[in-house]
Amino acid sequence: MDFDPLLLSRIQFALTVAFHYLFPPLTIGLGVIMVFTEWQYLRTKDMQYEVMAKFWTRIFAINFALGVASGIVMEFQFGTNWATYSRFVGDVFGSALAAEGIFAFFLESGFLAVLVFGWDRVSPRVHFLSTVLVSLGSMFSAIWIVVANSWQQTPAGFRLVEHQGALRAEITDFWAVVFNPSSMIRLSHVLIGAFILGAFVVMSITAYYILRGRHMEMAKKSFAIALAVALVSSMAQLVTGHYHAVKVAKHQPAKLAAFEGHFETGEGGAPLHIIGLPDQKEKTVRYSVAIPGLLSWLVHMDSSKPVKGLDQFPEEDWPPVALSFVSYHVMVGLGLYFILLTVVGAVMYKRGTLFQTRWLLWVFVVSVIGPYISNQLGWMAAEVGRQPWIVYGLLRTTEAYSQSVPGGQVATSIGMFVLIYLLLAAVWIYVMNDKIQHGPDEADATGIVAKEGLAGIREAILKGEEGSLTATAEEEEEGSQR
Amino acid sequence: MIDLNVFWFILLGVLLTGYAILDGFDLGVGSLHLFAKGDYERRIFLNSIGPVWDGNEVWLVTFGGALFAAFPAAYAAAFSGFYLAFMLLLFALIFRAVAIEFRSKRESRVWRSFWDGAFFLASAVAAVLFGVAVGNMMQGIPIGPGGEYQGTFFDLLRPYPLLVGAMTLVMFCMHGSIYLYLKTEGDLQEKVRHWIWGTFGVFLVFYILTTIFTLVAVPSAIRNFEKYPWVWGLVVLNVLAVANIPRSIYKGMPGQAFISSACTIAALIFLFGFALFPNLVTSSIDPEKFSLTVYNAASSQKTLAIMRNIAFLGMPFVLAYTTAIYWVFRGKVRLTRFSY
Repeated sequence: MDFDPLLLSRIQFALTVAFHYLFPPLTIGLGVIMVFTEWQYLRTKDMQYEVMAKFWTRIFAINFALGVASGIVMEFQFGTNWATYSRFVGDVFGSALAAEGIFAFFLESGFLAVLVFGWDRVSPRVHFLSTVLVSLGSMFSAIWIVVANSWQQTPAGFRLVEHQGALRAEITDFWAVVFNPSSMIRLSHVLIGAFILGAFVVMSITAYYILRGRHMEMAKKSFAIALAVALVSSMAQLVTGHYHAVKVAKHQPAKLAAFEGHFETGEGGAPLHIIGLPDQKEKTVRYSVAIPGLLSWLVHMDSSKPVKGLDQFPEEDWPPVALSFVSYHVMVGLGLYFILLTVVGAVMYKRGTLFQTRWLLWVFVVSVIGPYISNQLGWMAAEVGRQPWIVYGLLRTTEAYSQSVPGGQVATSIGMFVLIYLLLAAVWIYVMNDKIQHGPDEADATGIVAKEGLAGIREAILKGEEGSLTATAEEEEEGSQR
Repeated sequence: MIDLNVFWFILLGVLLTGYAILDGFDLGVGSLHLFAKGDYERRIFLNSIGPVWDGNEVWLVTFGGALFAAFPAAYAAAFSGFYLAFMLLLFALIFRAVAIEFRSKRESRVWRSFWDGAFFLASAVAAVLFGVAVGNMMQGIPIGPGGEYQGTFFDLLRPYPLLVGAMTLVMFCMHGSIYLYLKTEGDLQEKVRHWIWGTFGVFLVFYILTTIFTLVAVPSAIRNFEKYPWVWGLVVLNVLAVANIPRSIYKGMPGQAFISSACTIAALIFLFGFALFPNLVTSSIDPEKFSLTVYNAASSQKTLAIMRNIAFLGMPFVLAYTTAIYWVFRGKVRLTRFSY
C-alpha cells in the first residue's frame, strides 16, 4: 500500500495539536481563577477559599500533566515530520521555542511541585507566590508559542538567504519577529479564549454541585468568581475578535475571504453571511442568510467600500473555503452565545435568583463543551485559513514535510497516536469525573491538618490502604518478614 | 577562540548533561519501580521523584528547542532520520508522565498494577532509547546530500548503539538506586542499599565493555585527543568518579555517592561531545562531505547571538528556582495527603 507522507503528516499534526490543545487553555484559565481564590484566602483567612484552592489545584494538576505529556510531541514533531520546514524557519522559529523552554517551562514545572505537594512545606504566602508564578509561566508559554505561530501567519523581521543550497529565513530584527503584525492581537485572543474556558469549567462543575446540593458554600463562591471572569472575558473577546479579523483582512486577505465565503470582490459594499455553506466549485455560498454591506463596515468602518474577494487570488493559493468558513462561523457563533449566557447569568445572580433557577444551572453544566469547541475551532480556522502556505507567502505546506520519512512510518505513528490518545482521553474523563464526584475535601482546611499533624495523616493513609488494598498490605507484611 | 557556534555546542552539552543527571535518576527510579514490593514502597518510590520529575524533563524540552534554534539542519536530520525511534520515545514519555500522575488516583489494584507496569516500561524504554541515540551519533548514521537520512529504521539497531543503550539503562538504574538511598529510611533504605551493589556491578561490566567496543568500533572517537591531550585527564577523573561510588557507599556517605555518579554521567557526556566535535551528526556515507557540523548546520550569527542573550538572561533564573524547588523538597520522602 502506498502512503502519502505529506497528507499523513498533516493529519498527524492536526490530530496531535488538537489533542494537546484540550489542556493548555484550561491550565491558563484555571490558573487565573486559582490565583484569585488564593489571594482571597490570604486576604480573608476564610477556610472555604483554601478548600477551593486545593480542589482546583487537583483539577489543574491532572490537566497540566496531560498538557506536558502531549506537548512534548509538538516540539519534536517539527523535526520528525517537517524537516524541510525546520531547516527553513529554524533561524526564526527555533529561538521562540527555546525561549519558551527557558522562560516558561522551568517556571511552570518547578513551581507546580510547590502548588501540588507544598501545602505543608511552605507558608501560605509562598504557596500563593508559587501559584502566581505557575500562572505566569503558563501565559509566558502561550506568548512564545503564539509569537512563533503568528510569525508563520504574518512573517516580519527576516530576510531570505541561500544557505547550503536551500533558501531559509534569517532574523534581521528580533523585536520585529516578536511584534509581527498579528502576534499581539492573536495573543490576546488566545489568552482570553483560555480564560473563558477556565471559567466555564469552574461554572460547569460548581453548577453541578449546587444542583446536587453538595459543597454549597464553596460552589457558590467559586461560581461567582468564575461568572465574573467569564462575563468580562466574553465581552472582551468580541473586541479582540473584531480587531483580529480586521488584521487578517489587511495581512491575509485570502484567509479573510475564505472565512467569510467572499468569492467576488464586487463594486460596492460586501455582505456578511450570518449562516451558509460555501461551495468552492460553484464559487457561491449556499443556504446563505446575509446582511448587505456589513462585512465592508466591519473591515473598513464603511459599508460601501469593497472587500478583497477570493477572485483576487489564483485558485491554487486559496485555503479550503468550506472548512475555513464553517470553523470560523461556528467559533463566532459560540462567542456570541457565551456573552448571552453570562449576561443572563449575571443579571440573575444580581437579583439573587440564579442558584434557584435549576434549568439555567443545567445550561451552565453542559455549556462547558462550548469553549472547548470554540478554542479548537479558533486554531483550526487560523491554521486552515493559512493554507496552502505553511509560512504565509513564503513556503508551501506541500514543500515542507520530511523527505526522508517513508509514508508507512508516518501511518504507523498515527495509528499509535490514535490508540494512545483514545486511552488517555478515556482515562482523563474517568479521573476528572472521579475528582469531581469526590469533590473538594472539607478536611483540606489547614486547621485540621494542624490538629492531627503529619504523623496522623500518614497513619490515616496507611490505614486506608489496609482497608481497601488488603492483598497489597499482606504482600507488604510478607516483604518485611523476608 | 570560542566562537558562537562552539559556545552553542557547549551549551547544548550543558543542557544534555543537566537532563541526563536529573532525569537520569528519575528514569532510574522508574526502571527499578517493579522491584519495590507492595503499595507503600511503590508510593515511596513514586513520591521520591514526585515533585521534581516534571522539572527534570524540561531540560530535555529546552535541549530540543535550543537544538532547533541553534542547529536547525542537525535537528531536522536527526529527528526525521530517527523517526520511529523518536516516536517510540515520545510514546514512552507520554505514558510515563501519565502513569505518574494517574497511578495513585484510584485505589483499585488492577488500576495501580497497570500504571506501575506502564511507569516501569516507559522509564526503561526511554533510558535505552537515549543510549541508542547516543550510540548512533557516535558511530555515524547514513546522512546524504542536503542532510537527508538515507537509511532505514533497522540501521539504527546495530550492536554498538544497542550496547550503549543497555549501558545507559544500567547507569540510570545505578544513579536512581543511589538517589533512592538518599531519599528513603529504615528497612527500605537497607534494601535499596543492597541494590546499589547490584546495579553498580552490572554498570561496571557494561562501562568496561562499552569503552573497549568504542575504541574498536569507533576509532574516530579519540581523534580529538591528539589535538587536546589534556582531555585524558578527564578520562582519569571519570574512572575516579566511578571508583568512588562503591567507596562512598561502603563508608555510608550517600551524598558523595550521588555526586560521584552525577560526575560519571557528566564526564561521559563530555567525552561523547568531545568525540563528536565539530560534528553534530556524523555521516557514515561520507564523513567529510555530508557530516553536519557546528558550522554548516548552524543558524545565522545573529540568531546565535540573540539566543546567547536569552540564555544568559534565563539560565540564572532556571538555576535559582531549580535549587529552590530541590531545597523545599529536601529530606526523606514521607507520604502525606498531597502525595501521589
